[in-house]
Amino acid sequence: MKRRWRIEALLTAPSFGWLVVFFAVPSVLVVLLSFKPADLTGSVGAGWTLDTWRSLANPSYPSIVWRTVWLSVATTVWCLGLGVPVAYWIARLAPAWRSRVLILIILPFWTNFLIRIFAWRTLLHPDGYVKAVAVFFGWAEPNDQLLYNDWAILLVLVYTYLPFAILPLYAAAEKFDFTLMDAARDLGASRWRAFRGVFLPGIRTGLLTAFLIVFIPALGSYAIPAIVGGPTSEMIGNKIAQRATTDRNLPHAAALGTVLTGVIFVPLLFAAWLRRRARDESGEGAAGLAAAPGGAHR
Amino acid sequence: MRPSRVPMLTAVVVLIFFYLPIGMLFAQSFNAAKFGGQWDGFSLRWYEELWARDDIHAAAWNTILIALVSTVLSVVLGALAAWCIHRFRSRAQRAHYGLIYAPLVVPDILMGISLLFLFVNVGVELNLFTIILSHTTFCLSYVTLVMLGRLQDFDEAIIEAAQDLGAGWGTIVGRILLPLLGPGLAAGALLAFTLSIDDFVITFLVSGPGNTTLPVKIFSMMRRSSPQVINALSVIFMTVTFVMVIISQRLTRTTTSTQTT
Repeated sequence: MKRRWRIEALLTAPSFGWLVVFFAVPSVLVVLLSFKPADLTGSVGAGWTLDTWRSLANPSYPSIVWRTVWLSVATTVWCLGLGVPVAYWIARLAPAWRSRVLILIILPFWTNFLIRIFAWRTLLHPDGYVKAVAVFFGWAEPNDQLLYNDWAILLVLVYTYLPFAILPLYAAAEKFDFTLMDAARDLGASRWRAFRGVFLPGIRTGLLTAFLIVFIPALGSYAIPAIVGGPTSEMIGNKIAQRATTDRNLPHAAALGTVLTGVIFVPLLFAAWLRRRARDESGEGAAGLAAAPGGAHR
Repeated sequence: MRPSRVPMLTAVVVLIFFYLPIGMLFAQSFNAAKFGGQWDGFSLRWYEELWARDDIHAAAWNTILIALVSTVLSVVLGALAAWCIHRFRSRAQRAHYGLIYAPLVVPDILMGISLLFLFVNVGVELNLFTIILSHTTFCLSYVTLVMLGRLQDFDEAIIEAAQDLGAGWGTIVGRILLPLLGPGLAAGALLAFTLSIDDFVITFLVSGPGNTTLPVKIFSMMRRSSPQVINALSVIFMTVTFVMVIISQRLTRTTTSTQTT
């Protein structure tokens, strides 16, 4: 028994040690560094201070946090809003077609994401095709700026994360028993009511995964606002990168990183709470998922 | 009951939305015009210009070198990690699994600055080596999860049977583990390689001056302007990624089919 334990420790040590050194310790370091004074040489001074945290009260920061949150919420809403009908449509196709359409959905996202952002910048450029079409149909004035604002960021965020929302939604929709919807219709429910009351609760695990998979990375966006956003549309990620590289104020970057970590815990705890509530309502874990459509009758 | 048209129409709109930028990029890479707004006829001038750019070539070599080394490191560590989590199932392994899983929910920007702080605090110079360490860290989680998925269908009785028949560990690894788990290792390796060549945010934060990878190079090029040469570069980058993904799909498909038969 003792020998087995020793073998386990020996085999586990490399990856465990690696992640402690390169993931766990650095994560703690971020929080600690935010209480250190900045050093003019771009490193960290001695002693402890609350100055960095006090400077976060500067009115520009709450507005950056607010923009980060609303853009991430809007991205999530759009991704779920578009992702649910698409997942529904794919799940109702003939099985042979499902995998083909799915590949078609994923294919564009095997390209580097910087390249996709670049493509959008070319499209939205003042001399670009989207602008020309919009002006032709009278949707935009010739002087309107499509790029370098919050809306351009939102568009590219949705473009980047939509497939990541579609995949878990489809995985849930594929397991959904569509005869339940027919039953709801037979009992007199309208099409919309059957969709809302039977289908949506039926795919709630997919909705939850899609929510986390879109919302959390959106909160940490850096490249998208840096390329298609304007000088006044920074998100937390941009401020963190700016403080860590251009300004070389590491404690400041650390404090902002701690704020971002705090913001990320909100959706994580919300998801954990939803999961626990679903489990408490309908018995044990797996049974809770199976009983999900029944929840609609409450 | 006539099915609603709304889901199908949404799907069509979404697919157009997905392919519009990519299609435009392809077309633009063969456009002779210096600016995106007009079509001046078919030309390969951007590919020729790309061919002459030594700085881009250097970044491409860095990217490949970093990807190769971090793939090897993360596959070795990840395979070992997956094996331990699968085999021992102790409380320590639950913590191990948590440590493997946690980096997946942390945004890149946070992982990037935390690694930067580590390197600055320890006092290492930022160079290719720090990029390799960082890439290995985030690839490790993905490789482990891929390997865990493969190990789920792995029957450990085979090993005991081989031991009963007198096989040593060398024989077991060479004649049983590698042939059975090899395709899973290859799939994990390709995933790690793709993640590594694709990464921008973490590399951007932990790379020192003069040690750029291709994504970092693209970023700095397009920050200043919209050079058309990026279109040509994108098409080549895309083609390489597609070929790799197709290979990895083939690998995963053959393993599932051999296991079901």
